Amino acid sequence: MAFRLIFALAIKEFLALLRDKRSRFVIIVPPIVQLLVFSFAATYDINNVPVAIYNEDGSEAARELVSRIEGSPNFQVIAYIDRDSDVAPLIDNREVLLVLHIGQRFSANLIQGRSAPLQAIVDGRNSNTAMIAMNYLRSIVLDYNRNWLAAQGQGGSQVNLQTRAWYNENLQSRWFIVPGIVALLTLVVTLLVTALSVAREREAGTFDQLLVTPLRPLEILIGKAIPGIVIGLLEATLIIVLMVILFDIPLRGSLGALYLGIVLFLLSAVGVGLMISAIAATQQQAVLGAFLFLVPAVILSGFSTPIANMPQLVQWLTYLNPLRYFLIIVRGVALEGNSYALLINQYWPMVVIASITLTLAGWLFRRRMY
Amino acid sequence: MSSLSSMRLWGMIRKESLQILRDPSSIAIAFVMPVVLLFLFGYGVSLDAKHIPVGIVIEQPDTATQSLAGAFERSEFFRPLHFDAIQSAQQALDERKIEGIVWLRNNFSASLLAGHEAPIGVIINGVDSNQANITQGYIQGTWLAWLEHYAASRGQPLAMPVSLQQRVWFNAALSSQLFLVPGLIAIIMTLIGSLLTAMVVAREWERGTMEALMVTPLRKSELLIGKLAPYFILGMGGMLFSVALAVWQFGVPLRGSFWLLLVSSALFMLVALAIGLLISIVSKNQFMAGQLAIIVTFLPAFILSGFLFDINSMPGWTQVITYLVPARYFVAIVQTLFLAGDVWPVLLANMAALFIMLLFFFSLVWRKFRKRLD
Repeated sequence: MAFRLIFALAIKEFLALLRDKRSRFVIIVPPIVQLLVFSFAATYDINNVPVAIYNEDGSEAARELVSRIEGSPNFQVIAYIDRDSDVAPLIDNREVLLVLHIGQRFSANLIQGRSAPLQAIVDGRNSNTAMIAMNYLRSIVLDYNRNWLAAQGQGGSQVNLQTRAWYNENLQSRWFIVPGIVALLTLVVTLLVTALSVAREREAGTFDQLLVTPLRPLEILIGKAIPGIVIGLLEATLIIVLMVILFDIPLRGSLGALYLGIVLFLLSAVGVGLMISAIAATQQQAVLGAFLFLVPAVILSGFSTPIANMPQLVQWLTYLNPLRYFLIIVRGVALEGNSYALLINQYWPMVVIASITLTLAGWLFRRRMY
Repeated sequence: MSSLSSMRLWGMIRKESLQILRDPSSIAIAFVMPVVLLFLFGYGVSLDAKHIPVGIVIEQPDTATQSLAGAFERSEFFRPLHFDAIQSAQQALDERKIEGIVWLRNNFSASLLAGHEAPIGVIINGVDSNQANITQGYIQGTWLAWLEHYAASRGQPLAMPVSLQQRVWFNAALSSQLFLVPGLIAIIMTLIGSLLTAMVVAREWERGTMEALMVTPLRKSELLIGKLAPYFILGMGGMLFSVALAVWQFGVPLRGSFWLLLVSSALFMLVALAIGLLISIVSKNQFMAGQLAIIVTFLPAFILSGFLFDINSMPGWTQVITYLVPARYFVAIVQTLFLAGDVWPVLLANMAALFIMLLFFFSLVWRKFRKRLD
């Protein structure tokens, strides 16, 4: 193996990449746009849920409940209604997500020690928002009940839940999304850089020139892989720094464990990118191929929705996806404070994936060459 | 427009249609992509958690703790694993074997019988905050149901004087599939209308075949209509196909009028096509067109449209940006038409917004598209 030659090729690749306006654009613009858009807009946190109150009971007890809703940061009361027929238009037109109905006999029931129903009518069009808004409401009612019982001097069973969340103590969705973006953008950039590298030479006709040099196919492959890995490393480092400085997300675990994960992940991504590059005849096809790999890879990775919720068959498919393992590593190191020992089951599948994709890329490369 | 010649126009449409038919990749994008995307998102993206692995730590087993553990066993939302000590459960949480812990300390039953405070410790892995919220809600629900039952069986006063009764409209089971699949149609139409059109038309600029068209006696209006008509038909075909899959494959009810769906889709399709055309005129090469189309149309349609993430919960300035995203209006229309029905105030407001965008983008295309070379 001629290391000097490989090194020279890698240098040439870098120069070609940085001189080409399009390649520069791909490396710089989409990652920044995506980082900002995803980090600020992609949120599952629900606040200021618009609600309407339909209170038919003028009692103190009902007013107390209403004031608890009004005082909650999660809800925003935007309408008070007094007729059944007002409910449907508010919900249908999406003016409120939730209508809270306190019936006429609410306080009477409460005082007589009977169950006092409180009806919540919810717009289920966005199932996730509806579910979380109901959770907030349930907590308020629970609190109200406890106060009522205490005020009535009815001890009963004083059971309560003391809930704590670990790793992401305030349950902010940004803490979940932004480390995921580190993985996502590293994959996108590395894949595009490597997928375009051979296709660009094919289009420009310089690939034939490369073939008549003393470099062997394997050496060309390595020379083409190096820029992808280096740029991926730089990009990942940049986004991790931004994650910690701009978004205040902790980095609690071992940096070495994170970088071991990054390197293994980059090797897998470069393998896939070179495979696409070897098959594609034009840059157009290479971009399309990268897109065809990226969309399923992102969706079936646990980036935005949990893998455990997918059907069993789809869950098995996710084992082929390097992003799946790397996401656990990034989140594990950043939030859970993991080190090597807890991540070993994420490392070895990526080693397997990287060896297979790189071998396949080498094989395809040789076949397309002659 | 007065001298729109049907002969020239027809010839142009015929040429464009033949071009699409001969290039199998366009047909593939219009019909294969919806299938792949719908199946991928329909089955791959789900917010419905079931059989969540939770650790139940019972330090001192007796009838009270057993009945509470039983409540978790019977719930379809949980898959309980039993631990004797909190340390081993915490280790399992660290190793990601369980998502949460319900911890009954050794004095739990004694305190419960004596009427003292009997706290239950709950620890949840908060990394996925949304999932953690949902898990927390389920734990609370299971515990409340048990508490009611426990109090009733011992003849104690009601543990929960006020009982919350939820009635969910439009999506009674709160299935995330019913919520996501209609919005997905907006994403697919964005891909066909903007990405496909931008790249294909940019290819004409790149190859210089646009110049060849410019020297023909075709008028600007004829050239534009002729270019757009075949893609409009292709996109609407993809739309109808997606609707059929949504209704028959994913069982999403179409409660509103089909014709309204068709009209609003046509409106959105035209906006998407205008944006696609504009991108191709601005970039004039396939690579830039593809990148721009992804950044300007696909990503916003995905993130800023209310398809997955709730617009009301975004920061104020991001909410303002969403008003510039055409998919926002169309997602509201399809979600309402599929799940709620013909709610005129929602439909009219959003269709009016789409119509204004249509006028805006077409006037922009009209000004930028010149029948000459720079």
